[in-house]
Amino acid sequence: MGPVKQRIASEDYVTINVGPSHPAMHGTLRAIAYVSGETVLGTDLEIGYLHRGVEKLGENLTYHQFIPITDRLNYCSAIANNVAYEMAVEKLMGVEVPVKAQLIRIIMTELSRIADHIVLVGILGVDLGAFTPFFYLFIQREEIYEIFEWYNGARLTNTFGRIGGVESDLPEDFETRWHELKKGLEKAIDETDKLLTHNRIWMDRTIGVTPISAEDALSWGFTGPCLRACGVKRDLRKDEPYSLYSQFDFDVPTGKHGDVFDRYMIRMIEMQESMKIIDQAFDLYKQLGPNEPLMAKVPKIIKPPEGEVYHAIESPNGELGFYIKSDGTDKPYRIKIRPPCYMIFQAFDELIQGEMISDLIACLSSLNIIAGELDR
Amino acid sequence: MNEWTIAIIKVVFIWSWTLLIATIMTWVERRGSALIQDRLGPNIAGPFGLFQPLADGIKLFTKEEFAPKHAHKILFTLGPVLFAIQAFSAYAVIPFGDKIVINAKEIVLQVADVNIGFLFVLAVGSLAVYGFVVGGWGSNNKYSLLGGLRATAQLLSYEVPLGLAMLAVCMTYGSFSLREISLDQAGTFLGFLPNWGIFKQPLGFLVFIVAAYAEANRVPFDLPEAESELVAGYHTEYGGMRLGLYLFGEYVNLYTLSALMVTIYFGAWHIPYVDMSSYLGPLAYGIVSFLVFFLKCAFFLWLFVWVRWTIPRFRFDQLMGLGWKSLIPLGLLNLFVTAFLIQITV
Amino acid sequence: MALKDSVSRLLQNDLIALEESAGCIFAEVPKDKIVSCLSSLRDELGFNFLSDIVGVDNSALYEAKAKKAKKKKDKEGEENETPEPERPALPRFEVIYLLLNPDTNERLQVRIRVPEDDLKVQSITSLWKGANWPERECFDMFGIRFEGHPYLRRLLMWDEFPAHPLRKDYPLEGMGEERHLIYEPEGEGHWT
Repeated sequence: MGPVKQRIASEDYVTINVGPSHPAMHGTLRAIAYVSGETVLGTDLEIGYLHRGVEKLGENLTYHQFIPITDRLNYCSAIANNVAYEMAVEKLMGVEVPVKAQLIRIIMTELSRIADHIVLVGILGVDLGAFTPFFYLFIQREEIYEIFEWYNGARLTNTFGRIGGVESDLPEDFETRWHELKKGLEKAIDETDKLLTHNRIWMDRTIGVTPISAEDALSWGFTGPCLRACGVKRDLRKDEPYSLYSQFDFDVPTGKHGDVFDRYMIRMIEMQESMKIIDQAFDLYKQLGPNEPLMAKVPKIIKPPEGEVYHAIESPNGELGFYIKSDGTDKPYRIKIRPPCYMIFQAFDELIQGEMISDLIACLSSLNIIAGELDR
Repeated sequence: MNEWTIAIIKVVFIWSWTLLIATIMTWVERRGSALIQDRLGPNIAGPFGLFQPLADGIKLFTKEEFAPKHAHKILFTLGPVLFAIQAFSAYAVIPFGDKIVINAKEIVLQVADVNIGFLFVLAVGSLAVYGFVVGGWGSNNKYSLLGGLRATAQLLSYEVPLGLAMLAVCMTYGSFSLREISLDQAGTFLGFLPNWGIFKQPLGFLVFIVAAYAEANRVPFDLPEAESELVAGYHTEYGGMRLGLYLFGEYVNLYTLSALMVTIYFGAWHIPYVDMSSYLGPLAYGIVSFLVFFLKCAFFLWLFVWVRWTIPRFRFDQLMGLGWKSLIPLGLLNLFVTAFLIQITV
Repeated sequence: MALKDSVSRLLQNDLIALEESAGCIFAEVPKDKIVSCLSSLRDELGFNFLSDIVGVDNSALYEAKAKKAKKKKDKEGEENETPEPERPALPRFEVIYLLLNPDTNERLQVRIRVPEDDLKVQSITSLWKGANWPERECFDMFGIRFEGHPYLRRLLMWDEFPAHPLRKDYPLEGMGEERHLIYEPEGEGHWT
């Protein structure tokens, strides 16, 4: 018997199982909702259905072998996970990555950020009954995946980058391809905006639904778009500028109420900001010669010195951090992943108390819970 | 041909016609949504994928009739049957053309011209509730039950504005018979407007069309089967032809509602400013009136598809709020204004 | 470094060690004073954001070190007779709290060491609501019991799971645990 069930004094409720297999569930999560009529009194959350022991695996694989495992965390933006892990190891080793490799990483990470936000906005629409924007956006996501595939042959689980740099240069006609994609993306975002943002039903369904205050959000450990929706201007790309982010000019959008609508709007704006970053990064990239190095000088077998490190980047969902403890051998002694939606999903019960069943789904979609990184 | 033969032919015709429309509607829905969403839709079976409904039908018919162990066997089967019966019988009083003359015998293109046509449509339409709630209850599944309850509350709430809007039409034309209302819509009024219900009852039409979408359980009112919340609502446990009956019934209902809208608001088979019967022979006139009526229906059927793939879904309290706080007061207002206007003009 | 100074000034005697590794600052405090240390760090130095809680099992590390030291000693022992003084063994587990100051963007890692025979740690769910699941996960994976936690239950593994999988003595391929889901429908006669 969970704490929620203890809290609900009345016997007058029905238990509804939302998940682990439910059409609205984003992966195998389970929320046992106690409902009275249409009102949700509380939910008990069960996670771990997708637990694969990633951290235990990490202790038994070499540093390079662990990169493909990080793909399987947030499978909507695998590249962000790869980059976060590689940067943590590089920080532990004290390796300086060449500028060109950093720019390629930024371009790819921002592309995957757009892809991730597309998934969120599209699925949020589907969960609220608006099917069409999903397709407008997913056609563009397909284009992004084509670029990934074209870069290194993989679409979803990219295994992007190596410790110390990236494996290959951008394809030659990346520029034309990116401009095509950008045009399509702008059109798709604009169409989605027209279909949803000022739609009366959409506004009724999202504005004021499951709001959270900035203090609560910080106490729960919210990061990323969900925290910015509450009005906290916090973005690791600006606040703890890693890589070359301090050179780019982009805005960090913030909301006011931390409700579903704000979380949706933040993502819509961030897609455009990401496009700006890619443009600027590509301008810098063009100034570099074709023979610039792509890899820093790292040994074939990575053996970081004894020590421990925590490094976090701003993944599409928020702060994605890797704690790595090295004992001087070729395998990490301990890897701890700090996935963003793990902390966010804790607050779910508090968010949806007293709301309706439909809001439960809307809230879940807007938080962007990815079971892969939640359960690890 | 005696009266009985004609009646049976008409019943068989309208039954197969609505079934055909429902079948084609599944294709229109899929191709239409694909058109809206930059996709192709089903295009393998036959030209333009037109045989897709046939393939779907074969699939549904040949599936195992499976009932879950915990379901109530009788109610589980009764639910879809009740729903299908009401769907097919509601069309009985709605015309599908003016009249046709064969062998000097005048045949009215309507199964039954009863003088309480409106009441019949409303009464039979509200029987749909039983289909939903019996199916949802008989499934013995919480999602189904919630879907069934949602359907009950929604259908009962929206019957009222639907009835209010129809009542105002009755007062305007002074009849409960759908054929008489259709006949009355010929010609023009105020000198230039077609004598159609929509021009006489604009507010009433607004109330009617919103209520009709709710009665048809379509987006934005598809809460009983909201797949992202209740898995599939009242038909979660259904499969095979039992599910097929629900789906067919839904499309037949769409056709009935479209035909009703055309009959009372869009001049039934009349083309504005043109008196067809004076140009055409009796046989040709019958066929043309049927086609005109069908084309108007087709537009509203397409509108159902168009709306479904454009806007999001309501939440349940918003749905109830719209019904009780907006549509019913508007319907009542419309009724009073209509009554007042009739009083001062007569 | 300013942060190191202010941390050592604030914690004073409670601070066991303050070290830096690859640019990250790790402060070690006694296990039974963790709540007071974290709350003073939160209230006075502005570390009001808890990123995560990390558990580490150091047994394999100590073993490897001991082996290395022994090898070294054996080698040296032939030439040098004076043995090194035995250091007291460090506790097996450690728990690291990853803190962040959102205003200055400084990060601080606070470490406590938990011996195997006393796996009790005060819960910090009263300071941060978000400490709930990380503590549950730490319990699940290492068996460290957080006292005062509102609902200390396994998070990722199932309730009946017998071991703590991230401990170093747990094999990678598992120990053959299986989960048997028992599903009992309410019976044939439910409706009649």
